[in-house]
Parts: sequence; structure tokens; C-alpha cells
Amino acid sequence: MTTPLVEMKDIRISFGGVRAVDGVSIDLYPGEVVGLLGHNGAGKSTLIKVLSGAYRADSGEILIEGRKADIRSPADARRYNIETIYQTLALADNLPAPANLFLGRELRDRWGFLDDDRMEAETRRIMARLNPNFRKIKEPVSALSGGQRQSVAIARAVYFNAKILIMDEPTAALGVQETAMVAELIQQLKAQGLGIFLIDHDIHAVMKMCDRAHVMKNGQLVGTVRIADVTEDDLLGMIILGKMPERAVV
Amino acid sequence: MSEVTHPGLGSRRSMVEQLQLDMRLLGMLGAFALVILVFTVATGGTFLTPRNIFNITIQTVSVAIMATGMVFVIVMRHIDLSVGSLLAMCSAVMAMTQTQWLPQYFGLPLGHWAIAPLAILAGLVTGTAIGALHGWLAGYQGIPSFIVTLGGLLIWRNVAWYTTRGQTIGPLDQTLILFGGAEGILFPTWSWIIGIAATLVALWAIWSTRKRKESHGFPVKPLWAEAVLSALAAGAILGFVAILNAYQLPPGRLRRMFEARGETVPEGYSIGHGLPISVLLLILVVVAMTVIARKTRFGRYIYATGGNPEAAALSGINTRWLTVKVFALMGFLCGLSALVAQARLQNHGNDIGTLDELRVIAAAVIGGTALAGGVGTIYGAILGALIMQSLQSGMGMVGVDTPFQNIVVGLVLVLAVWIDAAYRKRLGVR
Repeated sequence: MTTPLVEMKDIRISFGGVRAVDGVSIDLYPGEVVGLLGHNGAGKSTLIKVLSGAYRADSGEILIEGRKADIRSPADARRYNIETIYQTLALADNLPAPANLFLGRELRDRWGFLDDDRMEAETRRIMARLNPNFRKIKEPVSALSGGQRQSVAIARAVYFNAKILIMDEPTAALGVQETAMVAELIQQLKAQGLGIFLIDHDIHAVMKMCDRAHVMKNGQLVGTVRIADVTEDDLLGMIILGKMPERAVV
Repeated sequence: MSEVTHPGLGSRRSMVEQLQLDMRLLGMLGAFALVILVFTVATGGTFLTPRNIFNITIQTVSVAIMATGMVFVIVMRHIDLSVGSLLAMCSAVMAMTQTQWLPQYFGLPLGHWAIAPLAILAGLVTGTAIGALHGWLAGYQGIPSFIVTLGGLLIWRNVAWYTTRGQTIGPLDQTLILFGGAEGILFPTWSWIIGIAATLVALWAIWSTRKRKESHGFPVKPLWAEAVLSALAAGAILGFVAILNAYQLPPGRLRRMFEARGETVPEGYSIGHGLPISVLLLILVVVAMTVIARKTRFGRYIYATGGNPEAAALSGINTRWLTVKVFALMGFLCGLSALVAQARLQNHGNDIGTLDELRVIAAAVIGGTALAGGVGTIYGAILGALIMQSLQSGMGMVGVDTPFQNIVVGLVLVLAVWIDAAYRKRLGVR
């Protein structure tokens, strides 16, 4: 079998005595969409923030493509080609799309000044591919719809050749059509061999988009299942009761 | 894509659009023009004489320099209430360095060429260091900048008091005084040279931007619009120089100037002031700060952090260190303003820069800087400072009581933010 893209082994992290994540191990393979499920407070967001560099684990280790990785900050995570798309759409609302797309990794000219024209050209190029309806290149992203904003966030991940994509409720703020657009994008990226962690409350969406699912409850892993082997009720049982369905063991 | 453009047939509104002028800038320019118009009429034309324009310009410099730094501070969602006191602190250090410390401890005789540069350096270092300290307390220690700088407001003015033992320090170094305004002027010839050079740079900037946009295949403004903008820029720069050149030196000063060279003033001779060095300094600060805001990572990160601090941090921006840098820059500019302020007054007094923090914040805010963060321009702050100084000078000339002057400035501040808020609401932006 191929090496996993990501392995998180026995991750533990506590906040003031509360064990937010308590010895959880999960993995992700190339060309795979893996759901991360659980109630609010189950620890899934905390776990994934360890991978994206926003938090540091108290113990446990992370392997990227089989090698031990040292992720201490979001900048570190980016060096491992890990990109995160947050539920809150982490964009600077006052800046236009190109400034957001290149935030923290601006293109510069030979004098070291920002090359806004080149950034705009690159933004136009990638948006033409991802979301041909995208027009408002020069306006602050606060003027964009939820779906357009989400496509800026996704463009950021795609442009910088993410291998590992973390999506934290990518469709929570979107309408029906926009959700469909994002779902289609996810399939595109998957076909390109990216590994995608999808955190979502919508069981239906998870059943449709994911290959496998890790389910968490109270900071611990309930289990990992192949979506093809389970029903929505099985997943709900895992989330609510913390009970593994008998027939689905990976 | 089916839109058809009719060159030369556009309504007035689309003409403004084609020029791609910022509506907010137009609004501020309109307000400024209104202030000028009202006082010109009220003073029977005296308000618009070269002499008065020269005076308003040099009176604005100190506040305007600090206002450019305050834009960054407010855009980052911070505030700096200490700038007036910090100016006094820098001024005290500069005054003591040139009149006492260098002559007494380093044996440099008064009037030595090295005194001015060393004193200026001491003031700038003081300002930068104290600013960095404020930034560290706000950024790394998590004390709200309002509190840090409110403390600074009380602390630095009084540390300055102890530095000079409460005395007024003067006379100041003769070279240093050149940065004050009327004493340090470039006279018409050099003013024209600088004005023409600045015009050429502005034209080059407009055309090279156009070329670059064309090379990327972006839409560019119609040629006539570029030409109008170029003409406006050239007219504004050269017009400004012409006005300052038209303000003739008073006979007394002319006589002293010639006497200093052992000559007498030739019959009928007169010469204009031209650009004051302090104004040239302000222009350089404005250009540098605008470049920082628009063309550097530092500036981009300031705006990004102001727009969404969390997003900035998640993008790998070290927002704490950025806070230190922004406050240090603010402190540096306070040092520069201290130089201009003490040179203009020709001494250092304890009350130098008193209430400047409020003028500086008001200038930034009238100029469109949003206290919510993320929004603000350098040119806006300069316009804000000019509007305030014009109001104050104009009211003084008309003979309005000082208390009422302050009431008017206060009303204008609130009104400006009110109009801005209503404008944004209509646009549907935040």
C-alpha cells in the first residue's frame, strides 16, 4: 500500500485541564477525501488546528509522506504544502482578491516592492479556471458573496500547490448553488491527487463527498469507517452514541 | 460584454468614473475647497494671499507628519494618545543635546557643524525607542494601546520636564532652525528646480503605470483621462511652487540678509520665499509613507491585520512584531515633528506639542481613516490636517473667539465621520 500523505499519531492537547484531544490517531491518503465528524466540542477542530499549525500538540507526532514533520506555526504548515480553508473564511475583508490570495506570500518585483499587477494577472488566471463567473478582482472581498469569497480561499490553496487541504465547514456560509460549486471543486482537486480533510456537520454532504470518515467524541476517536460500508444512521450512531457499527471495521 | 462605450459622449458622472478618481478623495477636496472659499470671502481675499498660504503650510507640517504615522496605527486597530507628549520628549532630548550635553560632555563648541545632525539623531532615536516600547507593551504584553499610550501621555511630557528641569531651552542651533519653516527656505530658483523635477517624476509615474498595465493586458483609462490627470498633477505641483515663490521676503529680513554679507540691498530688489525645508520634509515623508502603504509587504500586512487580525496571523504574519514596528515608526515620526516644531518656535518649551495627539488623530479621522481598522490613506490624513489648520487660521483671521474655534473644529470632526459613515452605508460597505 502507498504511504499515507498524513499520519497523526496519538495526538494529545489540553486546555487548562480539559483534554480537548486525547490520544487520537488519524491518517489521509493521496486522492482521498476524509471526513472528520463529531459534535461541537468533540475535538475535531482542535485536532486539525494542530496539523495547520495554529495549535501545538502536548504530545504525539505528525508524519507527512512518511517523514516526521515539525509544525510549529501556520508558516511551517505551508512549507509542508498544507493549506487550510477556514469556516470563518480567513480573508482580510478590506483587501481585494489578489491581496488575499497572496497574503503572506506576495509577489515582488526586482526592487522588492509588491508587484500588484502580476498578482492581479495570476489571480485572473486561476479564477478563470476555478470560478469563471468571478469578476470583482479589484473590489475589497467584503463586497463578494459567500461563494465568491470561498473560491478566493480555495484559489489560494490551489495556486500554492497544496498537497494536503484542510476544509473546515467549507459550505457552512454558502447557498445551494455555491455549495454545489464547492463540491465540484473538491472532486476536481481530489482527481488531481490532493488529500483533503473535510470537517462538516452535514452528514449528507459527507456521505456524498468523502471516501472515509474519522469520527470523534469527547476528544477521543470513536473509529474510522469507509463511507461505502456504512449508512447515515451508522454515522449518526457513532457521532451521538460513540458506538461503532458492527460490520464496518477498517 | 455587450456594453458599448461612446467616447466623448459620457455624462458627467461617467467622466468621473473614467478618470477613476476616488469619490472619497473628491469629497475631501470639495470640503477643503469650501473652507477656502468661505474664508476667502469672509476675509475679503486675504485668506488666499501667498503669505497666508505659506503660513498655513508651515503650521500644518508638524501635525501632518505625525498624522501619516497615526494612519498606520489606527488602521492596525490601535491608537496612540502619546504623540504630543512623545514630541515634547524628543524635543527636550534634542534641545538638551544641542545646547548642553554635546558642548559640556563632548566638548563640541556651540555652533559646531556636527551639533545639528547629532541632536536630530538623538531625537529620532529617542522617539523610535519609546515608540517601540509602546508597541512591545501593546503587541507582546497585550495591554490595550489606549492604556499604554494614555500612560505615555502622562509619563513622557513629564520626563521631558525633568530632562530640561522645566526650563525653556534656547536659542537653538542655527542649522537646526532651518527645519522650522520661515527661517529655512529654498528661494525661487531651487523651488522651481524641485517643482519641475517632482512634476517629471509624477508624469513618469503616471505613464509607466499605464505601460505596465497595458503589458499585462489590463484595461487602462482612456488617453484623454490620463492627459487630464497628468495636467492636474503638473498644475498642482507647479502652482503650489508659484504661490510660495510669490510670497516676497519682508524688507527687514532682506536687509538683515544682505547685512550679514556686508552688503546693502540694491534698489528695488526683492525675492520670494519659495519652498520651506520643512514642507519639503513633509512631502518626502508623505511619498515614503505612501510607498510603504501601497508597495511594501510591511504596509500590506498593516492593512491586512487591520482588516482581519486572525486571518493575518493564519497567513503567517507576525502581528505582534508588526505592532512594534508600527509604533516605532510612529515614534520616529514624532521625533521628526519635534524637530520641525522646535525649529519653528526657535526654542524648546514645556508645552510644546500640547494637545497634538488630538489634532493628529482628528486629521487622520477627518481624512477617512476608520477607527474600526483596515481603512485609511496617507493623502487623506494630509488633507485632514490641512482642513483643520485652514479652519483654525481662517477663524483666527476673521476674529472668531478661541473657544468657539475649538467648538467648530470639534463639530467638523464629528460631522466628517458622520458623513463618511452615511456614505459607506449607502455603498453597503461595512
